[in-house]
Amino acid sequence: MTAILVQLDRLLDFFGLPDLIHYTLFNGIKIIIVLLPLIITVAYFTYAERKIIGFMQNRLGPNRVGWGGLLQPFADVIKMLLKEVLIPSNSNRFLFLLAPVLSLTTALAAWAVVPFDNEFVIADIDAGLLYILAVTSLGVYGVILAGWASNSKYAFLGAMRSAAQIIAYEIAMGFALVGVLMASGSLNLGNIVEAQAGTSVLNWFVWPLFPLFLVYFISGVAETNRAPFDVAEGESEIVAGFHVEYSGIAFGLFFLGEYANMILITALTTLFFFGGWLSPFSEVSALEGSFLSEPSFAWLALKMSFFMFCFLWFRATFPRYRYDQIMRLGWKVFIPITIVWIVVEGIMVVAKVGPWSV
Amino acid sequence: MLANYAPILIFLCISGALGIVLLLLGMALGSGRKDPDKTSPYECGFEPFEDTRMRFDVRYYLVAILFIIFDLEIAFLFPWAVSLEQVGLFGLVAMAVFLGLLVVGFIYEWRKGALEWD
Repeated sequence: MTAILVQLDRLLDFFGLPDLIHYTLFNGIKIIIVLLPLIITVAYFTYAERKIIGFMQNRLGPNRVGWGGLLQPFADVIKMLLKEVLIPSNSNRFLFLLAPVLSLTTALAAWAVVPFDNEFVIADIDAGLLYILAVTSLGVYGVILAGWASNSKYAFLGAMRSAAQIIAYEIAMGFALVGVLMASGSLNLGNIVEAQAGTSVLNWFVWPLFPLFLVYFISGVAETNRAPFDVAEGESEIVAGFHVEYSGIAFGLFFLGEYANMILITALTTLFFFGGWLSPFSEVSALEGSFLSEPSFAWLALKMSFFMFCFLWFRATFPRYRYDQIMRLGWKVFIPITIVWIVVEGIMVVAKVGPWSV
Repeated sequence: MLANYAPILIFLCISGALGIVLLLLGMALGSGRKDPDKTSPYECGFEPFEDTRMRFDVRYYLVAILFIIFDLEIAFLFPWAVSLEQVGLFGLVAMAVFLGLLVVGFIYEWRKGALEWD
């Protein structure tokens, strides 16, 4: 990857462009190298979802377009582009169209600081985690604006529910991240992963911070409004929640944003708790020197795929929570657990009895 | 130092542009005629009645207010957590006092029933 980027830099030098254009172009190409695979991943994540849930329910899933249905996501995109974008009467036109763009932009923008291996990251900033928390919180504005601008009661109710749920779980999520910060001593995502490097799998933060990992991942599922916490959609009561009035590609943008957010949650869970791109076999002598013991992007992708599968697995397995149960889980279970764990971890860090070596 | 943040700005521009371009493309390609029944808000087969921006449960406000308190707390905890190694016992005790006060408030709102959704 680095070699390719160096070549690219040389190629741009060859054209002798001014520094500013050179810089923008170079970073623009880097960003496209991230965004394009991400969007393709989203497309095939939707395919995987339909296929996996299909198999779990003893159905075949999509199997008509292409080989075994492999072209289904592209057919869906073309279909959505060709559908009419309907703007309901009495709605606020500008806000109505702004909402999907906003939710897509914030969902994608968080990827700017996600490191993919120990070298490749678009913006290697020291306040990486703070940036992620800030940008993902902005996503709730897309939901509220959509519900408000639609001029529909169902959309309005869905937006209220969704917003309250997202901000409730954001607190539990933030507290869980404080635990990660105490263990790693850095806000930079690359450094957080490096802090987990060491002799074996036991160095990963998931072991000392196991309750925080559970809180973080379950909050992530709730944060993205996924089953079993998808009362914001609640197709059996409020038909589709905040995006009931959206059609065509406007709906498609919400969809893209939601799935990009899910993939982001899996990436962050992997980086914070499962050693990111580190190999689990780094110290196994039988595999010394082979690619299995090297840290690489493949490990990150493998771990992310597992958590992405979990998202689909949850959806096929659990019945939907009631709204009061969701709020009880967020406020009365997760927040006390994380507060207690932060205190315990704080004492361990100061007394230097923790398993993490800083 | 600040130059590290420049790619984020470019990233924001590109992802925003992607959304706008897709939306415009969809509006240009999508065909269809407008009629009053089609553009009226969805209402399960009824004629729409009442104002859409209706009253809603006050507990949503309560959640928002509680969120602000706790989110600020997290904002305080972040720098503390990163530098805990340096501030040591003094930092731990100071944050324990702060956290203790908030936990008292949390217990109060719990007992008052602010977290109940029945």
